[in-house]
Amino acid sequence: MHLTREEERTLNGEDGETLQKAIEILVALGDIYGADKLIPIKSAQIAGVSYKTIGDAGLEWISDLNGKVKVPAVLNPAGMDMLRWEEMGVDAEFAKKQHEIVAAYEKLGIQTKCTCTPYYLDGFDVKYGDHLAWSESSAVSYSNSVLGARTNREGGPSALSAALVGKTANFGYHLDEMREPVIAVDVDCELTGSDYGALGYLAGKTIGSRVPIFYMQSKPSKDELKSLGAALAASGAVALYHVEGVSPDAVKLNYERPDETLSVGKEDILEVYEKTAMIGDEIRDTDIVTVGCPHCSPDEMQKIAAMLHGKTLQKEMWVCTSREVADRYPELVNTIEKSGAKVVCDTCMVVSPAANNFQCMMVNSGKALSYVPSMCKVSAKYGSIEKCIEEAGVLDEN
Amino acid sequence: MRIKCRSISRGAAEGEVLLTHDAISFLGNVDPKTGIIEEPQHELYGKYIKDKVLVFPHGKGSTVGSYVLYQLIKNGVAPAAMINAESEPIVAVGAIISGIPLVDKMEHDPFDILKDGDTVKVDATEGFVETTD
Repeated sequence: MHLTREEERTLNGEDGETLQKAIEILVALGDIYGADKLIPIKSAQIAGVSYKTIGDAGLEWISDLNGKVKVPAVLNPAGMDMLRWEEMGVDAEFAKKQHEIVAAYEKLGIQTKCTCTPYYLDGFDVKYGDHLAWSESSAVSYSNSVLGARTNREGGPSALSAALVGKTANFGYHLDEMREPVIAVDVDCELTGSDYGALGYLAGKTIGSRVPIFYMQSKPSKDELKSLGAALAASGAVALYHVEGVSPDAVKLNYERPDETLSVGKEDILEVYEKTAMIGDEIRDTDIVTVGCPHCSPDEMQKIAAMLHGKTLQKEMWVCTSREVADRYPELVNTIEKSGAKVVCDTCMVVSPAANNFQCMMVNSGKALSYVPSMCKVSAKYGSIEKCIEEAGVLDEN
Repeated sequence: MRIKCRSISRGAAEGEVLLTHDAISFLGNVDPKTGIIEEPQHELYGKYIKDKVLVFPHGKGSTVGSYVLYQLIKNGVAPAAMINAESEPIVAVGAIISGIPLVDKMEHDPFDILKDGDTVKVDATEGFVETTD
């Protein structure tokens, strides 16, 4: 791998130990994957935030680092709402450790907004062709696929290293040839809303870590693409997908149709809803409903607020979003919370230990459907946003 | 004998070889407090990795494994150095943040020429492994 003189100096420790380790990580990964050089990045998004996932081991490492990030950097969701953790049922010891982790990142100049949707934040706008070092799988998928930016799925330490150095190694999805689709997915029906998450949940299993191109009958919105990509990354390991005629690379580069084809029809999609609704012959009874995986966009917040306006819910319902989006729309938060639903920030149903307190969760996210059973040991039922709200038990309508 | 290899995490150390043909998931397979392999299904079950030159094909499992290597160092029970057939990011990153010398792609297959108890020097800065005989 070719390094500039300045990079060599950093590697030799002349800019301090933290930067030396950081560039050593980037160079090692570059060597493993055959990168030719380091390239500048526009921003970083760093995984390894929830105490539930990184534990004391991660906390120790981050606490020992010194220095400041060179590009805007932000965090993945934490294990709790950083302000309302007690209300969520998170214990005090966990909360203490979680605060320590976030404070350790803050010391390095990282913005302590904890979200899987950094692309909604001020200062993290992404343009076509931008190189990034993002971690969270759905954010990686969205930036690569929907926004046409370029990032690999960075691990926690490599994203942090990239933020400290302001660069990442040039391999994988930073390169044109790695972005070409290798499997076609024919969708033989019209889809809407949560159907896209169901599609991702199904197709991801077959696609694995490859790059697919979808041929669709309907034209997905950005929010629908967000749920498709999140599910593809969770049930498979898809970091980039294309949609013929819709996603920016597919529109600009006019890819040839790959030989291998996967077909998905209406009955396949419906099966996702039906299969998760029952245990044997009995309809599953849920005790919590969660939406906002990935974190809700302003549009989604607005839609949910409109649906909950004037209603009272019987069951626990979480609407997960980033604190910045919640703070931007206090009136929407107010409407949602008046119904009894909670607007949960900085975290989500997958990474918070508070989700483990429930038996069966209804979700409108293919990603949550993939992860909730294994990571929270809670069974999951799939439905549209409308069905989710219905499931939460609407008492009165004005 | 001096054998060339690729350097992944810089530094140099000497120690006794502890070799396994099983991949290692540092999260789950290794107790971070004692440095003992605690996975009953693993070839090295019950063995101490402390101060050893740990030879294994590659890492596997959760990326949190990188941080577990850091805990091993902090607790004074980490291997002295590591040799992989081919390193992957979990062990590579873990070795670097912990300052454990790590090499891979030795010019001679380490599983042919090394055995448990051999004393070897791993120089991951210069990129070689030296056996004493």
